[in-house]
Parts: sequence; structure tokens; C-alpha cells
Amino acid sequence: MTAGERQRLKRGLAFISPWLIGFLAFSLYPLIASFAFSLTDYSVLAKPVWIGADNYSLMLEDAVFWKAVTNTLIFAALAIPMSLIMAFLLALLLNAGVPGTGLFRTLFFLPSLVPLVCLGLLWRWLLNGQVGLVNQGLQPILDAVNAVLGTGLQAPNWLVDPAYAKLGLVLAGVWGCGHAMVIFLAGLQDVPRQLYEAADIDGAGFWRKTWHITLPMVSPVIYFNGIMGLIGAFQVFAVPFVMTAGGDGPGRSLLFLATYIYQNAFEYWNMGYACAMGLVLFLLILGLTLLATRLLEKHVHYAGR
Amino acid sequence: MSARPGIISCLGFLLLVGCGGPSPSNHDGRTVIQYWEKWSGFEAQAMAELVDRFNREQNAIHVEFLSVSQIDRKLMLATAGGNPPDVCGMWANELPALAENGALTPLDGLMAQTGLDPDRYLDAVLRNMTYRGRTWGLPTTPAASALHINSRLAREAGLDPDHPPETIAELEAWNERLTRRDDDGRLAVLGHIPTEPGWWRDSFPLAFGASFWNPADGMTLQTPAMREAFAWIASYPERFGAEALRGWSDLGGQFASPQNPFFQGRVALVMQGPWMHNFIAKFASPDFEYTVAPFPAAEDSGLPFLTLVGLDVLVIPRGAKHTRAAFTFMRWVNEQQQLEALNRAHFKFSPLRETSEDYYPAHPNPHIALFAGLAAHPEAQVEARLPSYRAFRNDMNQAVDQVLFGDISIDEALAMVQRRQARRFDRNRDRWEQVGPTRTATWDRVEQAVLKQP
Repeated sequence: MTAGERQRLKRGLAFISPWLIGFLAFSLYPLIASFAFSLTDYSVLAKPVWIGADNYSLMLEDAVFWKAVTNTLIFAALAIPMSLIMAFLLALLLNAGVPGTGLFRTLFFLPSLVPLVCLGLLWRWLLNGQVGLVNQGLQPILDAVNAVLGTGLQAPNWLVDPAYAKLGLVLAGVWGCGHAMVIFLAGLQDVPRQLYEAADIDGAGFWRKTWHITLPMVSPVIYFNGIMGLIGAFQVFAVPFVMTAGGDGPGRSLLFLATYIYQNAFEYWNMGYACAMGLVLFLLILGLTLLATRLLEKHVHYAGR
Repeated sequence: MSARPGIISCLGFLLLVGCGGPSPSNHDGRTVIQYWEKWSGFEAQAMAELVDRFNREQNAIHVEFLSVSQIDRKLMLATAGGNPPDVCGMWANELPALAENGALTPLDGLMAQTGLDPDRYLDAVLRNMTYRGRTWGLPTTPAASALHINSRLAREAGLDPDHPPETIAELEAWNERLTRRDDDGRLAVLGHIPTEPGWWRDSFPLAFGASFWNPADGMTLQTPAMREAFAWIASYPERFGAEALRGWSDLGGQFASPQNPFFQGRVALVMQGPWMHNFIAKFASPDFEYTVAPFPAAEDSGLPFLTLVGLDVLVIPRGAKHTRAAFTFMRWVNEQQQLEALNRAHFKFSPLRETSEDYYPAHPNPHIALFAGLAAHPEAQVEARLPSYRAFRNDMNQAVDQVLFGDISIDEALAMVQRRQARRFDRNRDRWEQVGPTRTATWDRVEQAVLKQP
């Protein structure tokens, strides 16, 4: 390395030093520290006591931990595709060139600006089984179905019935798909017009064009939104915490991994155990992101390649 | 261009941000102590008035009073960060966890030195103040739980509110008579349900003579008494229907609001504390009639009734800068006159064995003598004194809820709580064996150091 290169390296490092310091202090150090604490019985207030891998063996036999993991996986499996599909469909509609697109774009985006705590409180009432708006709309439909089929379907008590609680939360999550929608819209507007014109000449209809042009061209955007959705779904905390006033929900059906980590760290004085679970959550998100990247590698098309 | 001005500006900014700390420890020559309290509204106002009086009546100490939400978490972080308040208002059920983790200053030496006799407090109050044989907090306001009865609903059901149920069996007989359904079969009025308000779900087994743990056996949550208690809870979905109970619960209704199910007449019997009179006056309709009686216990429990005595306490966190001054303030609050003024404003009874002659006659809560009598009774209970109390309470709450809605069996529920809590109990015991001698020596050292302070 020449003196000039060394000089440039020093300058480069100096310029990125704010980020570098931030990364070292607020990401790398906490990661290493939480690994160290995960091997101890640590309450924050008292000195950590070394217990080896006991927190990890506790995790294996902790039914509530596995319940939280299962809840998180089920929620992610429901929420990610539903939010993606809804955001994509809305973006397709907004991209169709109908009058008033700007107004609709704003209207669809607005709910995603609602703070998460407000969203939780709002949906707590919307999903109320007795007086909530969702059931006020759903019950007449079920009554009509009951009249025709002779069934006895009843709108569920969303947030007090373990069978429906997660579905209720997914509904609340779809409400905030505006961010993904805007990103999809940007992707859609970036698709070269001439591809559609060529397809028109070949006699392709709307669905063929969507399948063969739109989807491949916006596949990097779908991938990006998918990964962001995955990370978001695994970190879900505020909305169920507010909705259930504590984060458990009926039969712990709304207890997610992030909430269980919070409970152990700040309510039960088990910071060591919380650190161990935090690391597992990190590895889970990392593993699934890598898996998604590997699986989607052949289906994501970048125009530059 | 030189980067120096930019760097200096950044450092200056960091310096300004980093310098935010506690207020100066001197106020007109007085020692300033920081006091965090969990109360808000009228409860905080009553304490703020006492603080003002303290600040006026002497000129050595100035107390800065701050009402703080989520005080337990903030105290934990402030103490860990080495910058706690000098005095903190806390719930007594938090004391075992705080003390075990070395977050508090033991008070026995200071009490002895200043002539504060522990025997002046009610026995149940004293049990709330202590853990591992030491005193960790001085009381502010105590409470005892009792059965609150909607008198109108009772009379409409042909029941006499002046002859309340005395056993769990009688309570359930009342429950049957009081419960009404609407035309759609939904529960319009429930006589009683253990989840309304649900604040003591973990403690209902005490009404059946159960105990949660003992030093020899650890957690004891699968005993016949525990099964009997959960069989009582499991009888609810059998009698009323799980879906009907879910529907009733879903309507909710915040406690401190006119939508409170008890004020609305949606539930006729609830376990509540002495504060309820104030909330009824504020939020229930003016013609709302209620009476208070001891909450029944099971006939074979050996208990005359179930009452849980809870307590709000003042503590001195570890690392407090003005321990001596903090205790002087706490000691002043614990004088009979101040305790009576505070508890009168909170609609509660005094934590002291002796009260002034006019305390109860002039009290705004017409049922206060009953609450005081319950708290003074030898069979008055306190919440489980465990360092893992919160986790225990959450697990018990979950177990009660799931059995109440018929989601899991009694055996599954009790096995779940026993397995998880036994593991926690054993871990706490192991840790204490490891750190206990050091911790005890530290407590002794801290106590001696505080006593030597001027």
C-alpha cells in the first residue's frame, strides 16, 4: 500500500467513523455482551452469576418459549403473504391510471402513518366481539349465510378467543401495508413501457402481462418487501402488547418472541434468559433471511444483470 | 478547510447532552432529595400536599416530588445506571425481587436508631414490609380486599345484601340467583366471575386453604387444595358456557370509568379494595347502592374469609445519594398524623395498630372499619413473597383464564405453573446459595455505613 493509498484509507475511515462507532457501540458490542450475559443468571441490578448453557437448556424445555416461537412463525406465515398481496394489489390498481390516483394513494398510505400504539388501541375496539365494527359488518353476512344454509355461524370474539386472536392481529397488520404499497408502486412505475407495448402487439391480456412482465420486473421489490416483512413480523411487539394490555392474549395466543423477551428482561428480572432468547431470535431471522435469499435467487430478476 | 470548528461543535453538543443529570443537591442550603412516586391523580395530589407540608415545616431537607409511570422499570434502569432517586414509592409485592437483587437499602438499623418500632404496624403490613428477616420499605397506604355487593341486584334476585354469602358454596348459590341472560342467551348480568376485576386471580386458591410454596418443598402448586380451587374456576364454563363467558368478558369496561362492569350492573359481586368507594362516587350513577362484606372462603379451608392485604411502601434504592435525609422524610411520613391524613385522602385505613380517636368516625369511606378489621385479623393473607412473584402471578393468571374459558384441563394448568415456577424457584435458591453470604454481608456493610452518616 502506497503512502497515498494509506492516506486515502485513513480519510475514508474518518468519513465513515460516525457509522463505524455507532455500529461498534450500538450493534456489535450489545451482540457480544448479550451472548456473554446469555451464559449467566443476570437481573441487571445484581452482578451476573455464571450458569453456563443453563439458559439454553431452559429454553428447550420452556413450553411458553416454544408457544411464543410457534405464535411468531404462524403470525409471520399469515401476515407476510397477506400484507404483500394486499400491498401489491393496491399498487396494481393505483398503477392502472384511473382518475384520482393521487387521492387514493394518499388514502391507502394514511393508515400506515398511524402510530403503533394508536393502531393497537383502535383495533382493540374494531375487533371487539360484541360492539366492534368488524363484527357489526360481518354478522349480517353470516346471518344471511345461516338463513340460506341453515348453519349457526357467529362472528368470533376476536381478541378473547385463542382460535381467532392471531387472525385479528393479521387484519390489523394489513391495515398498515401502505409502506410496502408505495414501494411496489415505485417498482411498477419503473417497468419500461415498451415491454407492455410489445406484449400488446403480441395480443397479451392483463393477466399475461402481469405474470410475464410485471412480476419478473418488480421481483427485486417483492423480495425487498418480503424480507422487510419477515423482519417486521418476527419483531412484532407494540400492537399485540397494546391490544392485549400486557402482551399475552387469550391462552397466550398473542405472546410473540419479542414480547416474551421483553417480559423476561424487564418484568421478571431474567435478563440473562432474555439475552439468550434475543440471540435465538437474531439467528432465526438471519437463517430465514438467508433461506429466502437462496430460494428466491433464481426468481429475482435484476435489470442490470 | 480545517475540521477543528466542526469537531469542537460536536464535542460541545455531546458535553451539553451528557451533562443532563439530577438537580442540584442543594436548595437554599437544604439537602434536596428526589422522590419518585407511582401514583397519579388524587393519590399523587395527596402525597404532594404532604411533601409541601414537610418542606414547609423544617429547613434541612427539600423533597422534590415526581409522579412517575411504570416506576418499577424506571427504578430498575436508574438503579442499574447508578442514578436512582433518594426515595421511591413501590408496591410491597416487588420488595422480594428488589431486595434479593441488592437494589434496596435495608432499613432496620435506621428504624432502631430513630426509635421506629416495627410493632406499631399491623402484622399483615409488617409482613409486606419485610423479606429475609429485614425491613425494606416503610408503609404509606395499605389495602385489604373484600366482597363488594350491588345491593339493588341482590334485592331484585330475592337476596338480602345485609346477609352476604359466607362460604364459596354460598357465593356460588348467590351467583346462580343473580345471573341473568338476555333474549339471545347472552349473559346480561353475571353474579360473580373470578376475572372481574382479575387483579387477584393468583391468590384465589388461598380461599381454599392452599399455600403456594414452602422452604422445604419449593413450589407446591399441585396439592388437593389447589385442585379444589381450580375445580371451582372450572365450574364456570360448565355452568355458564365458555363462549358466553368470552362474550361477556369481551365487553370489558375500564376500571376507572363509568363502563366498569360493576358500576354498569353487569356483575353483581366483585372482590375490591377500600379505594372502590371513591370510584363509585366518581363513576357510578348517583343511585348506585352497594355494600361490603368479607370475601368468602371455602368451608373446609379453615379460614373465616379471604382477605389479601397489599401495601404501598417507600424505599431507598441502592446508590441513593442522600440516604439519611431520605429516611428522615420517610420517618416523618410514618408519623401517625401524616399516615392518617394520607390514608384518609386515599380512602384507606391506617397501617398502624393504633389510630387517633376521630380517624374512623371522620373517615370518608363508610366501610373503612370493616377493611381495617379484615387487615388486622390474624388470618389476613399477603401475596406470595417470592422474588419471582411477577412471573408466578402471570403464570397463575394464564392458568386461571385458560381453565375459566375451558381451554385446558385443571391438571394441565397446574402442571404448567408447577413446572415453570419450580424451575424458577430452584434457580433463585441456587443463586442465593451462591451469592447469599456476600449479599448479606453487603447489606450489613451498607446499614453500618448509613448509620455512621451525619
